[in-house]
Amino acid sequence: MPGVLVVTEAKDGKLKKVSREALSIGSELAASAVSDMGGMVTDAASAEEAGRYGAKKVYVAALGPYDTETYTAAVVQVIREMQPAVVLFAGSSNGRDLAPRVAARLGVGVASDVDRLDWLDGKLRARRPVYSGRVFVTVEITGTPAIATTRPNAFPLQETSGGAPEVVNVTLESSESRVKLVDTKVPDAGELSIAEADIIVSGGRGLKEAANFSYIRDLAHAIGGAVGASRATVDAGWIDHQHQVGQTGRVVSPNLYIAAGISGAIQHLAGMSSSKHIVAINKDPEAPIFRVADLGVVGDLFQILPALTEEVKKAKAH
Amino acid sequence: MNSVVCISHVPDTESRIKVSGGKIDETGLKFIVSPYDEFALEEAIRLKEKSGGDVTVMTFGPERAQQGLREALARGATKAVHVKGDSSDADSLGIAKVLAAAIRSVPHDVVFLGKQGVGTDNGLVGPMLAELLGYPQVNVVTHLEIGDGKLTAHREIEGAEEVLQTATPAVVTAQKGLNEPRYASLKGIMAAKKIAIDVKSVTDLGLDESDIYKQRVVVVALEMPPEKSGGRKIDGADPAAAAREILKYIKDEVKAL
Ligand SMILES: Cc1cc2nc3c(=O)[nH]c(=O)nc-3n(C[C@H](O)[C@H](O)[C@H](O)COP(=O)(O)OP(=O)(O)OC[C@H]3O[C@@H](n4cnc5c(N)ncnc54)[C@H](O)[C@@H]3O)c2cc1C
Ligand SMILES: Nc1ncnc2c1ncn2[C@@H]1O[C@H](COP(=O)(O)O)[C@@H](O)[C@H]1O
Repeated sequence: MPGVLVVTEAKDGKLKKVSREALSIGSELAASAVSDMGGMVTDAASAEEAGRYGAKKVYVAALGPYDTETYTAAVVQVIREMQPAVVLFAGSSNGRDLAPRVAARLGVGVASDVDRLDWLDGKLRARRPVYSGRVFVTVEITGTPAIATTRPNAFPLQETSGGAPEVVNVTLESSESRVKLVDTKVPDAGELSIAEADIIVSGGRGLKEAANFSYIRDLAHAIGGAVGASRATVDAGWIDHQHQVGQTGRVVSPNLYIAAGISGAIQHLAGMSSSKHIVAINKDPEAPIFRVADLGVVGDLFQILPALTEEVKKAKAH
Repeated sequence: MNSVVCISHVPDTESRIKVSGGKIDETGLKFIVSPYDEFALEEAIRLKEKSGGDVTVMTFGPERAQQGLREALARGATKAVHVKGDSSDADSLGIAKVLAAAIRSVPHDVVFLGKQGVGTDNGLVGPMLAELLGYPQVNVVTHLEIGDGKLTAHREIEGAEEVLQTATPAVVTAQKGLNEPRYASLKGIMAAKKIAIDVKSVTDLGLDESDIYKQRVVVVALEMPPEKSGGRKIDGADPAAAAREILKYIKDEVKAL
């Protein structure tokens, strides 16, 4: 097999976590197929980091901020040069925008948001949860290259001890984008996004009113997590849609998900049941959220959350 | 202003999904227009109400998918195209090829889709279709303005929103928040009955079935994950004790903090 290519994404000079995860699984795939992994980065500063996560060769394409068309052209150019058997993209907003466009240009298929990848009999096998996590589908990607986007937090990070990667500067063929970025709006500057957070503290209708999201924010802040929400609270206008977890919000799988005052409707579970650890606080012992919780606390969130926030602050002070 | 809306017909999100013979067992399942496609449809209908033109709804799917088209016509779409076929055997690029071929013969300025089909949640057909048609794409759109051959769209990304501008024709995929979809009125339902649905096959579109079905991405297994039985449950009557218990769990088992 002529190798794996991982198309990465950086933010503030560092590779995004989901890109490092893609490199980690990419490196494993390459090893199981007795071949090498290459990385593609969009600024030279990230080349060394890609190397640390196993890229033997790093293609540096000096691209500006993301846009679909110039990025598609650049990725296709690198694929034609490297001729990989597998191309992985981070399952971020941009990765999920880019991968299908690249695939259509090359006439190949994509498995999106996968949580398992194996190289079997010379083909890529990918597993992905569907129907709100009630079914796992495993697909075989025929054709070359096989393309997949990786689900955030699904693959463990793995650094390697290989030496510095070989750096290839890509001279980009000219391409033009018809879509212009005119502005970027950051609603809650400095707030962590739920998409890639390690810890999420989520609130539901049990909070009773918008102002009480402070109970969630205080704990999220103390523990270093992002603020999530059920659809009921978003529909009520208590919090922005960016925070919604679930079928019509974001699908998240953080290391720790704390749900307070959330009943656990199937559409909410669809967005969070693959979290590694789940803590639920609800005053109704029969709430369905307890069925997926590893630790369930039957009680009043207005008493338990402040107590927990205090405990976390104390633990952090030590 | 003419638009095309691609709609997928998916199992109701409340359904109990069962697997049999390596496929989703459709017996007893209720199918609906995929929720994101409803936002796409609503946006197209509003555009038509503002500046005239046609809204053509289009689906690639089995017989039952026609119900979805009827529903869309009842809400205000003016034309419908049904490409008949077992779309569950086609991969996303196959579906995009079918839709692209059907769209080419329909006048349009904008092609609307959902950001993803609920259930399978691939999120692939929109960008693939844009590439096949050679159009710019704006994905996961929460706000849209169109006029004078231009469109301005807000695209949702992690923790922020981009404001993007492009020229029509273009492909737009809808996210929740774009609008509030309407229900069909009785008058709409009656009017929709009079509209003939244009029914075609994959071969009518000049496509080779062997390039659409069982290609590129092939399902090898469907399995139900083991049911989670729920973990430990504790009484929170003493909030301080409960808080300490949670913290212990976070430290010892989650290994955070
Ligand atoms: C097509 C479709 C898509 C949907 N998509 C989503 C989605 O993406 N995300 C989503 O979340 N929902 C979604 N829903 C909605 C979902 O069905 C539920 O209505 C919603 O999740 C309920 O939100 P909730 O748990 O906050 O509210 P409720 O169901 O009202 O639950 C509130 C909970 O708070 C508890 N509570 C009250 N007071 C306290 C207290 N003092 N202390 C502790 N607990 C307390 C109650 O016991 C209760 O369990 C969707 C629905 C449909 C039909
Ligand atoms: N069989 C189909 N017929 C018509 N439109 C479809 C079909 N499958 C997907 N789409 C459209 O493509 C969007 C994205 O679907 P997907 O890539 O499957 O998640 C959906 O929201 C629909 O707008």
